[in-house]
Amino acid sequence: MQAKKRYLTLFSAGACVILLFCFGGIQVPLSRRGPGRRDDRSLTGARWRRFPGSLQPFNSWEQDRSDDQNEHISPRQKRDANSGVYTARRCRMESCFDFSLCERKGFKVYVYPQQKGEKMSESYQNILSSIEGSRFYTPDPGQACLFVLSLDTLDRDQLSPQYVHNLKAKVQSLPLWNGGKNHIIFNLYSGTWPDYTEDLGFDIGLAMLAKASISTENFRPNFDVSIPLFSKDHPRTGGERGYLKHNTIPPYRKYMLVFKGKRYLTGIGSDTRNALYHVHNSEDVVLLTTCKHGKDWQKHKDARCDKDNAEYDKYDYREMLYNSTFCLVPRGRRLGSFRFLEALQAACVPVMLSNGWELPFSEIIDWNTAAVIGDERLLLQIPSTVRSIHQDKILSLRQQTQFLWEAYFNSVEKIVLTTLEIIQDRVLQHTSRSNLMWNSLPGGLFTLPQYSTYLGEFPFYYAKLGIKPYPKFTAIIHVVTPLVSQSQPVMKLLVAVAKSQYCAQVIILWNCDKPLPAKHRWPPTSVPVIVIEGESKVISSRFLPYDTIPTDAVLSLDEDTVLSTTEVDFAFTVWQSFPDRIVGYPARSHFWDSNKERWGYTSKWTNDYSMVLTGAAIYHKYYHYLYTTYLPASLKTMVDQMSNCEDILMNFLVSSVSKLPPIKVTQKKQYKETMMGQSSRASRWADPDHFAQRQTCMNKFASWFGTMPLVHSQMRLDPVLFKDQVSILRKKYRDIERL
Amino acid sequence: MYASGKYSSRGPALIPRMKTKHRIYYITLFSVVLLGLIATGMFQFWPHSIESAADWTLDKRSVHDAPVVRLPVSSPIPERGDLSCRMHTCFDVYRCGYNPKNRIKVYIYPLQKFVDELGVPISSTGLSREYNDLLSAISDSDFYTDDVTRACLFIPSVDVLNQNSLRIRETAQALAMLPRWDKGMNHLLFNMLPGGPPDYNTALDVPRDRALLAGGGFSTWTYRQGYDVSIPVYSPLSADVELPQRQPGPRRYFILSSQTAIHREYRAELERLKEENGEALLLLDKCSNLSQGAASARKRCYKGQVYDYPQILQESSFCVVLRGARLGQAALSDVLQAGCVPVILADSYILPFSEVLDWKRASVVIPEEKLSEMYTILKSIPHRQVEEMQRQAHWFWEAYFSSMKAIGLTTLQIINDRIYPYAARTYEQWNNPPVVKWSSVNSPLFLPLIPPRAPGFTAVVLTYDRVESLFRVITEISKVPSLAKLLVVWNNQNKSPPEESLWPKVGVPLKVVRTKENKLSNRFFPYDEIETEAVLAIDDDIIMLTSDELQFGYEVWREFPDRLVGYPGRLHLWDHEMGKWKYESEWTNEVSMVLTGAAFYHKYFNYLYTYKMPGDIKNWVDAHMNCEDIAMNFLVANITGKAPIKVTPRKKFKCPECTAIDGLSLDQTHMVERSECINKFASVFGTMPLKVVEHRADPVLYKDDFPEKLKSFPNIGSL
Repeated sequence: MQAKKRYLTLFSAGACVILLFCFGGIQVPLSRRGPGRRDDRSLTGARWRRFPGSLQPFNSWEQDRSDDQNEHISPRQKRDANSGVYTARRCRMESCFDFSLCERKGFKVYVYPQQKGEKMSESYQNILSSIEGSRFYTPDPGQACLFVLSLDTLDRDQLSPQYVHNLKAKVQSLPLWNGGKNHIIFNLYSGTWPDYTEDLGFDIGLAMLAKASISTENFRPNFDVSIPLFSKDHPRTGGERGYLKHNTIPPYRKYMLVFKGKRYLTGIGSDTRNALYHVHNSEDVVLLTTCKHGKDWQKHKDARCDKDNAEYDKYDYREMLYNSTFCLVPRGRRLGSFRFLEALQAACVPVMLSNGWELPFSEIIDWNTAAVIGDERLLLQIPSTVRSIHQDKILSLRQQTQFLWEAYFNSVEKIVLTTLEIIQDRVLQHTSRSNLMWNSLPGGLFTLPQYSTYLGEFPFYYAKLGIKPYPKFTAIIHVVTPLVSQSQPVMKLLVAVAKSQYCAQVIILWNCDKPLPAKHRWPPTSVPVIVIEGESKVISSRFLPYDTIPTDAVLSLDEDTVLSTTEVDFAFTVWQSFPDRIVGYPARSHFWDSNKERWGYTSKWTNDYSMVLTGAAIYHKYYHYLYTTYLPASLKTMVDQMSNCEDILMNFLVSSVSKLPPIKVTQKKQYKETMMGQSSRASRWADPDHFAQRQTCMNKFASWFGTMPLVHSQMRLDPVLFKDQVSILRKKYRDIERL
Repeated sequence: MYASGKYSSRGPALIPRMKTKHRIYYITLFSVVLLGLIATGMFQFWPHSIESAADWTLDKRSVHDAPVVRLPVSSPIPERGDLSCRMHTCFDVYRCGYNPKNRIKVYIYPLQKFVDELGVPISSTGLSREYNDLLSAISDSDFYTDDVTRACLFIPSVDVLNQNSLRIRETAQALAMLPRWDKGMNHLLFNMLPGGPPDYNTALDVPRDRALLAGGGFSTWTYRQGYDVSIPVYSPLSADVELPQRQPGPRRYFILSSQTAIHREYRAELERLKEENGEALLLLDKCSNLSQGAASARKRCYKGQVYDYPQILQESSFCVVLRGARLGQAALSDVLQAGCVPVILADSYILPFSEVLDWKRASVVIPEEKLSEMYTILKSIPHRQVEEMQRQAHWFWEAYFSSMKAIGLTTLQIINDRIYPYAARTYEQWNNPPVVKWSSVNSPLFLPLIPPRAPGFTAVVLTYDRVESLFRVITEISKVPSLAKLLVVWNNQNKSPPEESLWPKVGVPLKVVRTKENKLSNRFFPYDEIETEAVLAIDDDIIMLTSDELQFGYEVWREFPDRLVGYPGRLHLWDHEMGKWKYESEWTNEVSMVLTGAAFYHKYFNYLYTYKMPGDIKNWVDAHMNCEDIAMNFLVANITGKAPIKVTPRKKFKCPECTAIDGLSLDQTHMVERSECINKFASVFGTMPLKVVEHRADPVLYKDDFPEKLKSFPNIGSL
């Protein structure tokens, strides 16, 4: 029995080996002669090496020239031809947009008047009011370069209650529609069960789309704008700050990767979420799905549903969001999901699993710096991928999520403005933002390329470019009282400031009703003094971006300010270390008055401050430009009418850009006293309404900014040896200590 | 070993009961047979396409020896490129796999000479010099693999750089014949001159299925964003001409137009501009009196005056690059090489490598329609920006345009970045020229965050054996309201720390860490016990700081979490006589360092000090038992580009520099050594990163005439 078995085995083995030789071993050498059998062998191991000897160039100069001369059609005709051919799905700015409309009044946006009886979602209302409140808005369609419908196009899911019917007819009947040219259509949802197409259900003609969940296939680059999906509770303005408070080291949180959301058992977009359980380990990778959604989920439920649902209920979504290093953002039915913005705000680095999603504002945002772009096909590799990401990278990804969230996403207004700015950049091609302006602090909405396209002229990029601000300043003295005597404070101020070694030029802004005094009445100085007569004599004119400011730094002064040359010198050296902040002398503070439920303003001596008065402060010239162009006319008019609060507004502006407090430097005591309004002069500080007005301003400004941008500081910067017990002769800024 | 043990122990459960030796025998046998059959089947059914070729050795070879492949007329033609192709639809990412280096593997097909049935080659040039260079460069790079089975990207050796020299249909057939073609999946074609008369399409006309195209002269309508790569048109002059280095700055001409075949409409427009603006514009054309040929490519003329090309490009601030028959122009490369800022007028053109390069920093793009406004537009650009652009332009050329190698490897890197986006090169890496990379900083803690006060700080006390003094320090620090934890780093291996009962009673957790070696760097180790962001490093003899001073220091640190915030300040000076750096601890008006005998800083810097300190600095410090604080100051200043913050007035510190050594006689040598440290560190860092400032931080009301009891930090500056 045993022997038989052994023979059998041996025999079968032999047979197998022979069989193998017949089919494999012998076939293979034979096949060498057969067609094509050889190629795979020659493919491997044949290393590419450079071919010696002279070869022909790929192109000769003559040929190139003759090609170019072959062209007979006029380039203009060619361009015109393009606009006929490339329409609809092939629209580009070159072919579907009329640039000439933008040359009349610049980049202005018109919103159609709202029709009575037309229902409109809150989100769309927010979009429209954000545009109407922006500096791009024009009520005159004749001036407009871009048109926005007052028909709610956000939700184009036919099953949705927000769905607007008969859009096609309504749109066609618009008098200014013009085939959709220069129109932009906002959309969050399109298509419906089961295929969720990206069709809006009406002919958009030549209009641009600002659409959420747009796919790369349908996205028309440099024409459409991909916007994020936001919920109806997304605040219109202001917006919450990011949740990141600490940069903890090591940067890992309790969980490595989390997700909690619906699972679609069948149909489009179900594959990825159905496969998540493969990666879930219920320790540091927690990916939870639930089948419980929709009416008839029980009907479709599969074997895993009950187990998944139970696991799903064990975890709290918020807790996971705050305590995870990475957050998975898989596609839903549509490509984008709410998870994206939630993760961004929570400083949980999004791990994108949504193949073919054109990420929000992809035209300008370099998402690799704030997210991990995964591939749905490689789901199983995701855990090892995120684990391989270095600590330093996590630290920077996380901070970038916060920057992007606050710069472009935290309110409807930011989303809308970003969309408009992107289009403006395309229209004014040669004055547009570079990638760095969009992707580094303080972000594109605060960096206006119309001021300059050169990064070095902004206060934000010195370190990034490895350069320093221009080492001099321009003093601007705001004069409102006539010149009567040579001993007037303004004369002393002018002399003291002009004596500073860092002073390049003094500008006297004559906002006084009396005519300009003769040139010789100003004291002689070693630096040029320019007198500008204010046209409208309003207080905001002190913050105009005058072309005559040749330096990066501006020293803004009230006429009654008392400053010594030493104080100015010291403040300027401090400013060079903080070119994006206001550096000044007298400081003020704000507080929340919980009794009156409003912001309070105080000029008392306090242990902290959040504003530095611009009656004596150094800051970057760019803030003049921002003040003038970025702020709405409403606030500036209010300031001009009261002739008050311009300094508070400037502090609001600078802090909302820098997210940091201003810097107070030391000053002589006597200065403070004059600033306290004790002097006999007819100073605006003596006005009893003055203080009440400033309270009002605070609250008006806070409501426009949507939030309170001011930040408190508890420190003051003094010269290194200030009041130290060392010989005064050793001190560089000794005058600051003398009274 | 471990793995195999595990498997054999699992074996019995999986296979029906059988005698062990038989079982193993059968398993082996069956698997051999199975494998054999599979292998045979594979060979049988693998798609075969190439007709015949003689065996071809790699040595002694030239292009003429390449095996000839005859294409049957009926040979299949690939489909035209699919415009909707994207990486996730037309690219097989599984072939690239997950690898720790995050690098794709690229295979290059061996050279073959394709001919039609009549023996006419498919290309008039065959392998061009440039394509040879390109493939050779790739084969010498890290991307290359000669193992076709491991490749993620395939590059045909069929040269399609210039469509003019190709027979479209036959080239397409040749591509389809490639053994791994598989509908063009993961194949990359390089083409610089697409289209042909009269339409001059903006993408290669050769049908190519799903192959990726690295093309010169894409328009926005043919470029598949995120799939194709837009590449420059290589200028052969790059290899022939070496232009002298020119610093950015003003040039003799403002605008130069040097292209020879400009459409007459545009030439008329340029002439008009020249009339209006005179000398600032130089408008060159080909030289009519010169004979044709290579030499004429190097000359340009204006009214009979002859200029050398491309040298003349260096004489202008801006150089016009107008579209010709094609959007991509080799002139762009010449212009960049000369450090002249290109003014690009080619509507809908996708600029080379636009996926990664920020062209706004190196060029001006103007719509063709606005040619007449060109002068005004360019005049509005600030001088400093023009200089930046000149520098940037030249750097783009050097890094990405200068050779076929540069072009090829940049293309592969872009594709690589798409496949491993989490390991992609950053904007700064792509766009910052070396001089900016060198001088600029990107602070790792860049977000303007003022962390909340609540978590407090962890005090790390480095001690050796001065127990009495240590206990006093602990008692003093424990009075600081925001202290969260005390960590004592016990650096004495010969002596145990005192018993727990002997330690002062403090209201916060107190941990003692015993170190293995008496090293100064132990104080900067990122201990897990440090759970706060803020660390207060303090020596075991710093007892003179008041609770107010420490609390205030913490508050200042919260406002500057990316800086060193410390008490005694120090300065580095350039000693002109000796020609080197000098350490200064006297009363100075300036500060560039703070001593870490008492300083707040972010825990991140502990991590940096321990793991990322450049060169041998860390070991050097440990060996010399000195300068750890200087090293920390260098490290932080280098990575943030910012000065430290000195807080509160100067106090009489008991020679804080003498912590490591006792006795006054050694004091002098100690200071000399610290000067040496600065010089050594500066040479290791390759620069002097320390920043000098003239300010220090005090409480807002410091020394103000104001009731002391209303001040937050009254007890500051006592001696």
